Amino acid sequence: MKTIALLGGGLLDWLEAVGRAGIFLIQSIVRVPVRFSESINLLVKQLYSVGVLSLVIVIVSGAFIGMVLALQGYSILAKFGSEEAVGQLLALSLLRELAPVVTALLFAGRAGSSLTAEIGLMKATEQLSSFEMMGVDPLRRVIAPRFIAGVICLPLLSLIFSATGIVGGLVVSVGWLGVNDGAFWSLMQQSVYFDTDIINGFIKALCFAVVVTWIAVYQGYECIPTSEGIGKATTRTVVLGSLAILALDFVLTAAMFGDF
Amino acid sequence: MVDTYIKVQNLSFFRGGRIIYENISLSIPRGKITAVMGPSGTGKTTLLRLIAAQLAPDQGTILVDGENVHALSRSNLYKVRKKMGMLFQSGALFSDMTVEENVAFPMEEHTRLTKAEIQHVVLEKLQSVGLRGAAKLMPAELSGGMARRVALARAIALDPELVMYDEPFTGQDPISKGVLVKLIRQLNDSANITSVLVSHDVEESLSIADHVCILAGGGVIAEGSADEIRASKDPQVIQFLNGEPDGPVPFHYPEEDSSNRFAS
Repeated sequence: MKTIALLGGGLLDWLEAVGRAGIFLIQSIVRVPVRFSESINLLVKQLYSVGVLSLVIVIVSGAFIGMVLALQGYSILAKFGSEEAVGQLLALSLLRELAPVVTALLFAGRAGSSLTAEIGLMKATEQLSSFEMMGVDPLRRVIAPRFIAGVICLPLLSLIFSATGIVGGLVVSVGWLGVNDGAFWSLMQQSVYFDTDIINGFIKALCFAVVVTWIAVYQGYECIPTSEGIGKATTRTVVLGSLAILALDFVLTAAMFGDF
Repeated sequence: MVDTYIKVQNLSFFRGGRIIYENISLSIPRGKITAVMGPSGTGKTTLLRLIAAQLAPDQGTILVDGENVHALSRSNLYKVRKKMGMLFQSGALFSDMTVEENVAFPMEEHTRLTKAEIQHVVLEKLQSVGLRGAAKLMPAELSGGMARRVALARAIALDPELVMYDEPFTGQDPISKGVLVKLIRQLNDSANITSVLVSHDVEESLSIADHVCILAGGGVIAEGSADEIRASKDPQVIQFLNGEPDGPVPFHYPEEDSSNRFAS
């Protein structure tokens, strides 16, 4: 009996938290900034710290993942004498799956955690209260630009990840393993479709972007304003963010590519 | 009849089952400096947050300039808050802006002044706290005392009617304390501001306050002018002013009933 009550209580707590987070998200998007030029300035600053500063990790990981994929793919495809198809394998697996998922996971670790810690520290040092006291809504001043920047950056980073991954794979398969480069590109061109592969991958990245950034800013805003509280909130951002990405990826993949 | 700016009526506030305030009433006169004193943990900061409507009371009302701040809509509340300046305990400067931008921020948000006009006011306000030379520094480069003075310049940037000081003297060296005392007095008198000061520094507070409230154990134990407070015969007030460890104000945080603790 007690277990059932505990379970129910836990579920209710969870639902309440989701509801609060939902209201928080809507409020921070709906309250449009008063002055356009100011909001652009704030957004550009966040685009830089969330997006541009994540470029290095995304490019380096993209290149390495592309290289590993090419090596693995080649060793299997060579058994069937179809090593030219490594280009097709690279492009499809990157665009459909690896780029959005891995970029989002990296993004949760690199940008999400820093968003949570930054907002949490602003809360701990009373900067958020300070905004409120000045009659400035911290949701629109602090949360909205960060959220929007995250939603814009992640899909773009995912495309960059795909591109560097393909280049990395090209270097390994054509440059090193000696795959014919004409066959590499033409097979890729034949099998990749803009609407099913590129657009679907982009939609995935966009969904992950909303979820990860939402979790990150919400955890920062709602954290307990102590050093321990901020530490825990940062951990939760990475853990919840990663789990949400992987679970959501399954759902989206089933909807996009599943043959029902 | 004294002109009242803030009126707290039958206020009760609980936090996590603990009583912070129980049915307290006090009034803060307009254009004067009011010191709210009390031992640590009696919720003095909470009182400021209640006045600013960052927290909602469980019972009772707070009227600021005749308006019940807890019944206002969000946008009206923000309008009322523009008339308030608050100096936070930590200063709460925005760490990603320079000193100058910090002071300019409330004006950029709420006025239609041009950049040059804002710059002029910023330098004037920084001059009044003696930090004109620090305009280009980042908050991280300031000492604690300087940060608090910058925060003060920011709090008065919009020429508020009410300035609330949250523990302005804590952690300040004697010179900074003296400077702050002088500044608070000067600001109050030159611009006819109503000042509310929350502090447990007895000497500094009594030296500048026109009106004093002492809180302890969830209620108001004394209210009156600084001289009346000094002359008080109330054992709780005497204990607080003289800093005596033994007396009616408990030094220990209330413990759970020990029979409860062992029963579970």
